[in-house]
Amino acid sequence: MFPEKFEYHVPGSLQEATQLLGRYGDEAKVITGGMSLIPLMKFRLAAPQHLVDLRKLSDLVGVKEAGGKLVIGARTTYDELSRNKTVADKCRLLAQAAAAVGDVQVRNRGTLGGALVHADPAADLPAAALALDAELTLQGKKSRTVKVADFIVDSLSTSIAPDEVLVSISVPLSGKHTAYAKLAQQASGFALVGVAVALEMDGKTCKSARIGVTGVAAKAFRATSVEKALAGKALDAANIKAAAEKIGADIKHPMEDPLNGSVAYRTQMAKVYTARAIQQALAG
Amino acid sequence: MAMATPNKMIGQKIKRKEDPRFITGKGKYTDDVKLPGMLHLALLRSDRAHARIKRVDVSKARKLPGVVAAYTGKDLAGKVGGVPCGVQNAEGNHYSAGVKLNVPPYPVVAIDKVNFVGQIYAAVVATDPYIAHDALDLIEADFQDQPVVLDVEKAIQPGSPLIHEQFGSNIAFHIPGGPTPEAKAAVDKLFAEAQLKASFRFDNQRLIPMAMEPRATVAEYDPGRDQLTVWSSTQIPHLARTVLSMVLPHPEGQIRFIAPDVGGGFGSKLNLYAEEILVPYLAKTLERPVKYTGKRREDFAATIHGRGQVQHVDIAFNKDGTWLALKLRFFSDLGAQMQLLTPSIGGFTAVMATGCYAPKAFWFEQYGVFTNKMATDAYRGAGRPEATMIAEKAMDVIARETGLDPADVRRKNFLRSFPATPPTGLVYDSGDYSKALDLALETVNYKQLRLQQKQARSEGRLMGIGLCSYVELCGVGPSWLAPPGVGFWDVSTVKVEPTGMVTVLTGISPHGQGEETTFAQITADELGVPMDNVRVLHSDTMAVPYGNGTYGSRGMAVGGGALSMSLGKVKEKAKKIAAHMLDTQPENVDYVNGEVLAKADPSRKVTLGQIAMMAYDFSWKGPGTTPTDIEPGLEETSRFEPSNLTFPFGTHICVLEIDKETGQIHIQRFVAVDDCGTIINPLIVDGQVHGGIAQGMAQTLFEGVVYDENGQLLTGELTEYAVPKASMLGHFETLHTTTPTPVNPLGAKGIGEAGTIGATAAVFNAVMDALAPLGIKHLDMPFKPDKIWNAIHPRGA
Repeated sequence: MFPEKFEYHVPGSLQEATQLLGRYGDEAKVITGGMSLIPLMKFRLAAPQHLVDLRKLSDLVGVKEAGGKLVIGARTTYDELSRNKTVADKCRLLAQAAAAVGDVQVRNRGTLGGALVHADPAADLPAAALALDAELTLQGKKSRTVKVADFIVDSLSTSIAPDEVLVSISVPLSGKHTAYAKLAQQASGFALVGVAVALEMDGKTCKSARIGVTGVAAKAFRATSVEKALAGKALDAANIKAAAEKIGADIKHPMEDPLNGSVAYRTQMAKVYTARAIQQALAG
Repeated sequence: MAMATPNKMIGQKIKRKEDPRFITGKGKYTDDVKLPGMLHLALLRSDRAHARIKRVDVSKARKLPGVVAAYTGKDLAGKVGGVPCGVQNAEGNHYSAGVKLNVPPYPVVAIDKVNFVGQIYAAVVATDPYIAHDALDLIEADFQDQPVVLDVEKAIQPGSPLIHEQFGSNIAFHIPGGPTPEAKAAVDKLFAEAQLKASFRFDNQRLIPMAMEPRATVAEYDPGRDQLTVWSSTQIPHLARTVLSMVLPHPEGQIRFIAPDVGGGFGSKLNLYAEEILVPYLAKTLERPVKYTGKRREDFAATIHGRGQVQHVDIAFNKDGTWLALKLRFFSDLGAQMQLLTPSIGGFTAVMATGCYAPKAFWFEQYGVFTNKMATDAYRGAGRPEATMIAEKAMDVIARETGLDPADVRRKNFLRSFPATPPTGLVYDSGDYSKALDLALETVNYKQLRLQQKQARSEGRLMGIGLCSYVELCGVGPSWLAPPGVGFWDVSTVKVEPTGMVTVLTGISPHGQGEETTFAQITADELGVPMDNVRVLHSDTMAVPYGNGTYGSRGMAVGGGALSMSLGKVKEKAKKIAAHMLDTQPENVDYVNGEVLAKADPSRKVTLGQIAMMAYDFSWKGPGTTPTDIEPGLEETSRFEPSNLTFPFGTHICVLEIDKETGQIHIQRFVAVDDCGTIINPLIVDGQVHGGIAQGMAQTLFEGVVYDENGQLLTGELTEYAVPKASMLGHFETLHTTTPTPVNPLGAKGIGEAGTIGATAAVFNAVMDALAPLGIKHLDMPFKPDKIWNAIHPRGA
């Protein structure tokens, strides 16, 4: 496995990183964990001429609580997310989704920021970020923030500019009614279906629900039809099932991957796993 | 009175001596061989399944700085031999089947045509692997696509496109009937008389062997001595050297072939691949060391595949569950080109098709068929999982059609007296099939389990219980069964060094089987020395006189047999030397626990260390005292030729439940009772069983090679081809019965493949049992969730 030739840069500051990215534009690619980029380069499906490694930017690692939100550095690994006490206490859904990623080696290196910028349509973290209505902070010539739903444009495509670095992800502190339920593709471990659910409950009634779904369409998406069907309802088995059935309307460009099941099968699994995720979230 | 040496190490759960070096990353694999001035080989492989080569132009690749040489097939034509098939005899026939065998030429670099995705059509040698791969991108080629042949049953029809036009069909060989000419009439008569008959078709899908270490070869040439040294990730260093010397050609005595640490093979490295010919050829031609290390994708496309067999089965039986006769018509998907043993694998299916049962008659017909795919060849189980599927599906079909319990049907039909003679023509050495079945049934509390299942079914749950009572064929030899030019015996040398340390050389070639440990255990017991004083060496043709390598679960059965013989000879010689040292006769001494004692006065004794020192020092008590009836040194070599194959057996039981909503299969319990005869190290035996079960279950549940309608390999990487992970398989319970074989000195039968052979059918039968209430009688493996869900919901959600 031998990638094409590239130049390797290790900027010492965020400013230096954005300058490098500004200079090389489309010829450059940011690398953090490298869990997706390195295989693509080894298969020669990607051949960036410049790699900008953010490994010296320690400000991009870690979890902070500020202003009623959790702010998570983009370079924070899945493993850290799955074990971090603050995340477990204040935003368990992220920990649940991070623990479902790949295998130990991938979780040790792969990062939350990498997952969101790569925007693999079957990755786990985008579903959780959507269900949490995460806000992303990007740094280019200027700093800007963007909601994750607006950030993810299409399969492997986001609104990040060539000179921008994803700095942090902020999510609201969430209650205990969250869950991530996943049917994993047996070879890759990616989600055939992954459903992240965050419920706000008032007794047995659902005040509101946010549901992020991955694996079944060209990009991870919010299951807004299901969310609407849940809002204001008592979450008994019949209501959950009826709401989950509505996910079909939210699947815009279904994933075509016959080796791992037909569109009909994935759609059905999206219903089953939506219901299961809601049940698990209720169980808290 | 001779005192028996008590077994202290044999039968003990001893951790493997090999493990520390593997676990701490200190193993030395072929890719770890780094030589001064070494060049790197990169290969351009076809992305077309079937095409004529119009043009290959390597001129731009040659100009890239760092590239030393680049070759097309035409550049090499006539200069180096092709990939060998070892199964054809001098008459052009299949050596064991006696029928015409069509073996197409298989140049190491394709010349006129590419016949499968992954076939090499250009090669680059450069100073650095990155440059070599950059150069591949500069090679230009034009092809003319040909119609693709993929389905074995369509491929033999008249009018099918042809892969090798010179043969006039896609049939590599056809065995019109066996095992004997009379068999057909006997089978037909029983089918006419039978109360019941049933038929089924079974598709044993192709599998990727997936050794952890991809194939790799390094070669170095010494022009002054005209000497080639080859390091290769192989299971058969001596056989590979013999065959390599013929195809290069190069004098065999001037090739040293070494298999360093080998990271798994599962049969896939029982071969001589194009790369293993090309690398030594290039090292010799360029007079510089050359390395090839396969990438995982190359291993998917261009290392042999396993299985690939379609069976049409007819069975005749009576209402009381008696299995009367088996008719088998089957198709081996050989792929486009033949590797070393490609045409022979289906033969193991034919000889084991009736399993551990006693139908009165058996008849088979076999086609070996060319398809535009990678060659199939030996993969863990090699023909026996396919055979076991026939017999074990037959048992469950008989149970279903008669209303009898599957366990009772098996027990009723077991072969019972040994040596046993099933209608396939083999002679099974020893066995007690009921004992293994009963232990397995008792362990799972079978009666209770069936009640639980009844309860589960009444609740609408899909719970399945699957049985597989298997017998397999192991410990290959004897030599008359081997392909031309090959023996199935094996060799050992036992050297007691002057310091009393013991060096064991063996002709088997362990690559995960643990003989560095088990052979040390046997030696420690027999010679009465500490295990740590025993060193087992293997896999280097310069150290080991000759050997036939490790495959077919033969390491312990045949290599261990040879070791026992040498150990006996060493002890006899030690006694002779000791007798001289003790001024008595050999018949007056005993060998006990590493010492030789005078029978008359056991306080008069010498240790093995003292004997060894005298054997090499040989000075005795001065001039005139040197014995004339013994040679100096304490070293013995033996070759063991087994009198028969061995036939390990057992019963596996799988309990599982299917999630109706998703089609997922959850293994709830897996009990394996295996009988491999004498067990030397239970820890290693259980490790072999665990690995085997994992691979067997994986075939049933999720593994499978998929070529699309254009012959593209869709499952060409680890993101699309599922290999078993511990989390996917549940907990295994391993138990054993012990029925030693009479055909070798240790009584060991072999355990390398049993797990695979038992587990595949046990899991298959459990899934079918779970689905039985829905009226589903058969599904083809693998049982991925979407397939199961579709079967449960034929009309969709």
